[in-house]
Amino acid sequence: MSLREKVAVTGVGETEYMRGTDRTALSLQLEASLSAIADAGLSPRDIDAVIPYGAGAVAEDFVTNFGIPDLRFSATTPMGGASAVASIQCAMAAIAAGICNHVLLPLGRTGFSGGRIGARVAQMPQFRTIAEFEMPSGAIAPAQLYAAMARRHMELYGTTSRHLAEVAVTTRRHALMNRNATMTKPITVEDHQNSRLISEPFRLYDCSLESDGAAAVVISAADRARDMNKRPVYVMAVGEGHPDSPSAITQRPDLTRLGVAKAAARVFAQAGVTHADIDVAEIYDCFTYIVICQLEDLGFCKKGEGGPFVMDGNIGLSGRLPVNTHGGLLSQAHMAGMNHIVELVRQLRGEAGAAQVRGAEIGLVTGYGDMGDGSLAIMRRG
Amino acid sequence: MTDSSYAKPVPDITADTKPYWDGLKDGRLMLQSCADCGRIRHYPRPVCDACWSMRIAWVAASGRATVHSWTVTHHPFHPGFKPDLPYALATVDLEEGVRLNAQIRGIDPASLRIGLPVRVGFEKATDDFTLPVIVPAG
Repeated sequence: MSLREKVAVTGVGETEYMRGTDRTALSLQLEASLSAIADAGLSPRDIDAVIPYGAGAVAEDFVTNFGIPDLRFSATTPMGGASAVASIQCAMAAIAAGICNHVLLPLGRTGFSGGRIGARVAQMPQFRTIAEFEMPSGAIAPAQLYAAMARRHMELYGTTSRHLAEVAVTTRRHALMNRNATMTKPITVEDHQNSRLISEPFRLYDCSLESDGAAAVVISAADRARDMNKRPVYVMAVGEGHPDSPSAITQRPDLTRLGVAKAAARVFAQAGVTHADIDVAEIYDCFTYIVICQLEDLGFCKKGEGGPFVMDGNIGLSGRLPVNTHGGLLSQAHMAGMNHIVELVRQLRGEAGAAQVRGAEIGLVTGYGDMGDGSLAIMRRG
Repeated sequence: MTDSSYAKPVPDITADTKPYWDGLKDGRLMLQSCADCGRIRHYPRPVCDACWSMRIAWVAASGRATVHSWTVTHHPFHPGFKPDLPYALATVDLEEGVRLNAQIRGIDPASLRIGLPVRVGFEKATDDFTLPVIVPAG
């Protein structure tokens, strides 16, 4: 059974993104969800499945708050930042199996006002191995764990901090066109190079934000999507990929290869498109380097050529591959990639405002999480 | 006996991993070797991913290694490590074919490069556990 275009994104919603709030992650998620459901032209009672992110809210919260009469499916896809896109695959499987029709994917957090990243990850079961064997030595946060991947890439392929800066500066430029971005001042390459060291080679501007807010999308069966509120955005293909040695980056055969490398070929094949067909790409950007590495693992360039690929305006709005047109996790807000899905849908509907990529018809969105889990979806405007 | 003044994260040692930590206390780096196919694996875990045997033999590593990658941390991600900043973590290839991630001692971070020969050392953290460290090959 081919799952190509069996489902569509029919609704997207976001709260205001903030750095400081008294609100709970639950309240934020419910607000974003109501916004997405309204965007789809549905009633909250039409939702018959929910795949929560796994923090701040559980399926029961949505049944209770929305008065959902008959929730038929719920699940979680615990892959950190790869969860949001991976949950599209989960939703697609449930819809294609005939279990449900309208799946809500909510994600919200108080990443700025609540617990900070270093304290958070130690509690996650995916980090159990790291917690026992690496955190006691001082390898506490993703910034440190991923820094060693970036360093290896630099040593092997000549990637430089200047390449990383290009990702940071371009993404900030896009954020300035977005009214719902938390970063509102431009940065230059010099600003990046002068920003304080976090864990070498990462400087402050190589790192994503800690944010408060929520985003949500509604995934619907394709046959229903045709008659809904907005132009449907069809999911041509979606998949997830897990790296070798997923429990500890240290033991990975190739430090420079992420899980999404395994998913890329099969997702492109299922979608029936080539890289040249991709008009816009929302690439998970917890760190600048992770964008460069994914561009390689997705096949937009060869391994080691991601640094030069992002230069010369190539990932800007009028470049050969516009990337993170909303400002990403680096400069819009860290919504664990649900904001990347929202932005891709807006681009393909022609609703992206000042950052609209002209004529965008086919786009790609990725997730990346934990110790290198990856997810990838290719969508087209209906 | 637990040292209540120790401010850094401590390992949650399990039955699967205790021989590794016991070895470090004795100044030996113990690795799991599959008792059936002989494959060395790390970090310690119950099953051999090559032949799925659960029979384990523990072997002492030589301690000889080369640098695979590294990072120098400047930001206090944990209050317990604040006094140590900046500190360098090196990922090293052990002679036995698996890797270790630990802080460097007595090595200039600026001298780190892929393939640099190093050795595994041992540093007591509390009465309960000892951590591996990366020291000059000497």
